Amino acid sequence: MLTLTHFMVLGAILFSISMAGVFINRKNVIILLMCVELMLLAVNTNFIAFSHFLGDSAGQVFVFFILTVAAAEAAIGLAILVVLFRNKRTINVEELDTLKG
Amino acid sequence: MFENYSDSQVYLAIVLAPLIGSIIAGVFLPYISRTVAHTVTIAGVAISFVLALFVFKYFAFDGAQPYNETVYTWMVSDGIRFEVGFLIDNLTSMMLVVVSFVSLMVHLYTIGYMQDDPGYKRFFSYISLFTFSMYMLVMSNNFLQLFFGWEAVGLVSYLLIGFYYKKESAIFANLKAFLVNRVGDFGFILGIAGVLLVFNTLDYAEVFNAANSKAGMTIEIIPGMEWSMMTVICLLLFVGAMGKSAQVPLHVWLPDSMEGPTPISALIHAATMVTAGIFMVTRMSPLFELSETALSFILVIGAITALFMGFLGIIQNDIKRVVAYSTLSQLGYMTVALGASAYSAAVFHLMTHAFFKALLFLAAGSVIIAMHHVQDIRQMGGLKKYMPITYWTSLLGTLALIGFPGFSGFYSKDSIIEAVHAASIPGATFAYYAVLIGVFITALYSLRMFFIVFHGEERMDHHTKEHLKESPWVVTVPLVLLAIPSVIIGAMTISNVLYGDYFTGSVVVQQAHDVLGQLKEDYHGPFSMILHGITQAPFFLMVAGIATAWYLYMKQPELPGKIKASFSLIYDIMDNKYGFDAFNEKVIAAGTRGLGNLFSKVGDILIIDGIIVNGSAKSVAWFSSIIRNIQTGYLYHYAFAMILGLIALLVITVY
Repeated sequence: MLTLTHFMVLGAILFSISMAGVFINRKNVIILLMCVELMLLAVNTNFIAFSHFLGDSAGQVFVFFILTVAAAEAAIGLAILVVLFRNKRTINVEELDTLKG
Repeated sequence: MFENYSDSQVYLAIVLAPLIGSIIAGVFLPYISRTVAHTVTIAGVAISFVLALFVFKYFAFDGAQPYNETVYTWMVSDGIRFEVGFLIDNLTSMMLVVVSFVSLMVHLYTIGYMQDDPGYKRFFSYISLFTFSMYMLVMSNNFLQLFFGWEAVGLVSYLLIGFYYKKESAIFANLKAFLVNRVGDFGFILGIAGVLLVFNTLDYAEVFNAANSKAGMTIEIIPGMEWSMMTVICLLLFVGAMGKSAQVPLHVWLPDSMEGPTPISALIHAATMVTAGIFMVTRMSPLFELSETALSFILVIGAITALFMGFLGIIQNDIKRVVAYSTLSQLGYMTVALGASAYSAAVFHLMTHAFFKALLFLAAGSVIIAMHHVQDIRQMGGLKKYMPITYWTSLLGTLALIGFPGFSGFYSKDSIIEAVHAASIPGATFAYYAVLIGVFITALYSLRMFFIVFHGEERMDHHTKEHLKESPWVVTVPLVLLAIPSVIIGAMTISNVLYGDYFTGSVVVQQAHDVLGQLKEDYHGPFSMILHGITQAPFFLMVAGIATAWYLYMKQPELPGKIKASFSLIYDIMDNKYGFDAFNEKVIAAGTRGLGNLFSKVGDILIIDGIIVNGSAKSVAWFSSIIRNIQTGYLYHYAFAMILGLIALLVITVY
């Protein structure tokens, strides 16, 4: 029988994977974007699990909003990515250090 | 005084006439001709001279009461009034006549002396400005205006010593005069501050009225040592007088001030400005009388100046410097008289000295004109037959200076010597012998110069000799006009000024110090003073001085060279002016520079620039060079930092 704990663990694992992806990934900015999306999905999983087990549908409404925002964010992110590539001729994370002081 | 004008208008006119002349000649200098420049300034001084004569008559003959009023209140601060006002009494009226007369003579003389000088108009503007400043000084009724006049005459003196501003030595001399006077003025303003502290007013009359009640006050400058407040104030004020009246050790500027044109040497550095210190102490007699320590100090300083500066006059070869050292020595005599509480004698000598010393300077200037600006007496000689008027007036001036019986210098100098003899305060014995030997020295150096310049063989070169002639009338007329008072003023005025009651209202002398009062009993008129004088030591010393000078410089002219060779050590010491200049340059000036360098290097460059300003900038740079390593520019580092921060916040909120 699946309990709330299982879903929470799943959410935590997804979140951790995405976080590790953000930190460990040294290659591609697209992977970075995917990791951010994955983070949102992990949160969504938690929302839905809570919504189901606590019997409150507000959580599911939240998920819709988050998905919408995520879609918009992905669009913007990819657009930025295209512009970035045009300017820098690279999307390698290692080489993107213009914020360096 | 005059029916239609109030007294204050007359006094204002005296002060303002030369100022207006000076402003016209100075401000409109490029637009006016030489004739206009000297006409307006001479007119200004002549007006003030005529008015000064009226004022003198008003006080000396009509017996007017002292005038003491404020004409303008500058400001009032905490109950202390800063004013411009006039105190006119017998002392002031006499000073006014002396200053305006000598100034007028010098103005006239300048027309001849500065004839070919490009700075002609500027010179007239300066000397008129000087006359104005000197009036402000002597007519003042409060310490503030006194200080204004004091500084203003100092400023004009500075401007005039450096009149030939392209000449290196003149610039050096005027800076030296200015700096040495700063030392004196620093003491002077501290003295004025002391007066303000004790009396809470700057007005003479109020200060003098309250002086006796404050006589017992003491002050602890160094903890544990109590000093009489009056002594401190008087000594500080006298330091100012030492600077202005060139007393040892602040005398060093006066010989160098001879770099200026000769007329101002006569006006400023012999007759008037340098006597400001003497005048000031006389004016402050109610204060000085309260401090025997200060009087002793004055006496000793004056005696040292009178004797040792006289010695230096013997070895000088510059005609003006001989007269300058003689001025120093005579100022020493006046100071000695002040120290002996014989204020009247000091002012009396001031007056006679103003006439004969101005005469001697102007005569020296006349010689310099004839010699085409050669000042070395070794290149002169036998000028008597070329310049009769200069010769005879110089002779009269010299006789007055050495105190030949009957001449004005005799009365004033003999009175001083007698007064010191009668004085009983500490230092009086030393001072007495110093001034006594000084008589011999004075006669020696005066006659030495006189013989070398006017008698003996003609040592000038052929070219100069061809052009030797008597100076024009604008030069000789002032000489003659100054020679008259040099001869007669002493005999004319001594009965009233010194032994009469002319100064009764102006000078305060305590009973115990009243040496002139004692001398008065033996005084029976100017003629009997001559008879008495020729039996006394000063007369013999003077004759001995004349004889020595005659023997050394007329009879055996090669002898001085031999004496110089056999006493070369003493000659060297004297040639170096006792090392005052060397000391000032090596110790004081170099020390100040060293101190300045130290402050600049340690205080400014090291501490302020190095540590405080650049140091803080450097430490910020150093700190940020470490901090910037955190700013890698990699997104995942920032993200990681965010997560760490989030976790830390979570931990803090949960626990």
